[in-house]
Amino acid sequence: MPNMSLKKVPMPEQDPNVRNHNFQEVSLGYTAEMAMEEATRCLNCKHKPCVGGCPVNIRIPEFIAKVAEGDFKAAYEIISDTNALPSVSGRVCPQESQCEARCVRAIKGEPVAIGRLERFVADWYRENINAMPEKPQTNGIKVAVVGSGPASLTCASDLAKHGYEVTIFEAFHTAGGVLVYGIPEFRLPKAIVQNEVNKLSALGVDLETDMVIGKTFDIDEMFEEGYEAVFIGSGAGLPMFMGIEGETLAGVYSANEYLTRINLMKAYREGYDTPLKISGSAAIIGGGNVAMDAARCAKRMGAEHVYVLYRRDEEEMPARKEEVHHAKEEGIEFMLLTNPVRVLDDGTGKVGALECVKMRLTAPDESGRRAPKVVEGSNFKLDVDTVVMSLGTSPNPLIRSTTPGLETNKKGCLQVDEETMATSREGVYAGGDAVTGAATVILAMGAGKKAAASMHEYLMKKHSK
Amino acid sequence: MVKIVRKQVLNPSVTLLEVEAPLIAKKARAGQFIILRLDEQGERIPLTIADYDREKGTITIIFQKVGLTTQLLADLNEGDHIQDFVGPLGLPTELPEGAKRVCVVGGGVGCAIAYPQAKTCHAEGIEVDVIAGFRSKDIVILEDEFKAVSDHCYIMTDDGSYGEQGFVTVKLKELIDSGVHYDAVIAIGPIPMMKFVSKTTEPYHIKTIVSLNPIMIDGTGMCGGCRVTVGGKMKFACVDGPDFDGHEVDFDELMNRNAVYRAQEAEEKERHACRMDQLAKEMIQ
Repeated sequence: MPNMSLKKVPMPEQDPNVRNHNFQEVSLGYTAEMAMEEATRCLNCKHKPCVGGCPVNIRIPEFIAKVAEGDFKAAYEIISDTNALPSVSGRVCPQESQCEARCVRAIKGEPVAIGRLERFVADWYRENINAMPEKPQTNGIKVAVVGSGPASLTCASDLAKHGYEVTIFEAFHTAGGVLVYGIPEFRLPKAIVQNEVNKLSALGVDLETDMVIGKTFDIDEMFEEGYEAVFIGSGAGLPMFMGIEGETLAGVYSANEYLTRINLMKAYREGYDTPLKISGSAAIIGGGNVAMDAARCAKRMGAEHVYVLYRRDEEEMPARKEEVHHAKEEGIEFMLLTNPVRVLDDGTGKVGALECVKMRLTAPDESGRRAPKVVEGSNFKLDVDTVVMSLGTSPNPLIRSTTPGLETNKKGCLQVDEETMATSREGVYAGGDAVTGAATVILAMGAGKKAAASMHEYLMKKHSK
Repeated sequence: MVKIVRKQVLNPSVTLLEVEAPLIAKKARAGQFIILRLDEQGERIPLTIADYDREKGTITIIFQKVGLTTQLLADLNEGDHIQDFVGPLGLPTELPEGAKRVCVVGGGVGCAIAYPQAKTCHAEGIEVDVIAGFRSKDIVILEDEFKAVSDHCYIMTDDGSYGEQGFVTVKLKELIDSGVHYDAVIAIGPIPMMKFVSKTTEPYHIKTIVSLNPIMIDGTGMCGGCRVTVGGKMKFACVDGPDFDGHEVDFDELMNRNAVYRAQEAEEKERHACRMDQLAKEMIQ
């Protein structure tokens, strides 16, 4: 008889007023007892709607059944069969719009806490077993993977398991891409990402850091060096700005710069040399997950007031509900229907204040979208000394501009065949934000997986000739 | 990780390091830069490539001790390693097509970056005049190197202790007024120097290329920390530059942005100096 509780077993969290002063993980994860109790809420439906909602098709009811039995090792094996990075996706996936959105239990009450269970299983395995995979028999075929974010890590893992000799080329000094420079420690501990990278090394994947593809080395040279296929997972790295007055004043950051200083360069830690200005008050512009991360980082770095400015209303905010909820708990102040028009100089070339206007939403148009309009004469000044622009990113042109024959769309995203992830260049595949523009970790992982499968098919065909 | 194969102290605050970086040496061109990080705790700093040797596979950097990282870098010796060394980044310098004569203007440690420009132009058969400015005689660097790659080389010092007395702009104006025709002026040095060289050439409509050195982290367009206003538009120095048209750059804004961490920089450098003093005392005892 399933557990008919309408609510998920709650997950313990650090107290908001404690955690907003530290960088330790916010959510503490289930205990074994909590996980087993939550697992009994799963109805083990025959038609498994949840699996269809998962971009990497984890066999969800199967692993949950193993959790309910207390066989966590078996549960892990089921998950890791299709998901290369379960401890990552268990933390950062928007389950509420994917697997959990399709859960039958959600019709009346809360869905089964699939994400929390996935996280529990992955953490349990890492803490109790953490067996490194064995290096498969090599097939002698060299493949290259550009970038080391979620799409690339997944693609490299799948290819290595097939026996390919995989080399990852990463521009930064550390592997992980957005998982290390973007997502903060308190949402995704870097030791977990490193453990995933270690698994790739165990599979025989070679990691070359400090390699800027398009500068140090280009795609054509990879083929000359004997790589027979290339996967491009270089992400969407270029930050956007608003184009308003005062945006180049000292104290205005892109979210990329702000988060990279803190997360990758560890500006929050004693002993690391990268500087970051400590804010009195900070305004974060934007309403996505990255804006939430930047706001919560600013608070932890000691800002007294942290404001999130978003030009639409809370309903339209693209950030996950959970992130908004956590941010509010931590004392982040939301200023909705508000847009900056000018950054004001304090007289010394630094940010002195932000001039903003109030916005209103029009009635929904044919597509159902409500456009934000300026409320004339509503200008006001917000006292801040730091402004973080979190308006989204666009793909980096370094690769497309140095690879002849690689087609892109108007936005500069690489064009691929959606079924195979093949680009317009033979043997070159791509996935993740480099193709879609800024999206989620799990979609990137799904794309990396798909690409690995078609690269395998392509290379096997090529070698059977 | 790259190994230092040669170290030369050019003056009390300026050091030259030649490192083994064959992949970068293979691609490097004048005007491009590298980003380095000394160790796990280090920050990433950009330095323009001062020279490269494709056959030996080496890159030369020349830098002035301004903050903690450059101070620590200057303390390294031949045989030591630098953890991360990335490049070549940015776009190479582009001279106007068919340029026959150029003037390369260097100021202080900026001469280190002006040097490969002079060298490249000279190798391409372009007539090169060099104006290298320093505060005083004791910090003059690369004089012999400049002479070897130029047709005329003028050393200027602020105090007149060596070469001719006066700012580089005085010499430049004098040359232009004497009827020398330059197809381009390449100015590399402190921001105020580049600003005033650009102001000097503007009335004569001489194409003036400046090499900017804003704050950066990744050097690949990702952080946007290096944004500068050029011709009223926002540019990223790491991918759109570091060279820009000197007549279009908002130098005052750049100066202001570069000063963001100056106080922290000085403090860190000071702290390091204190630690070094302490270590030295301990070693003596």
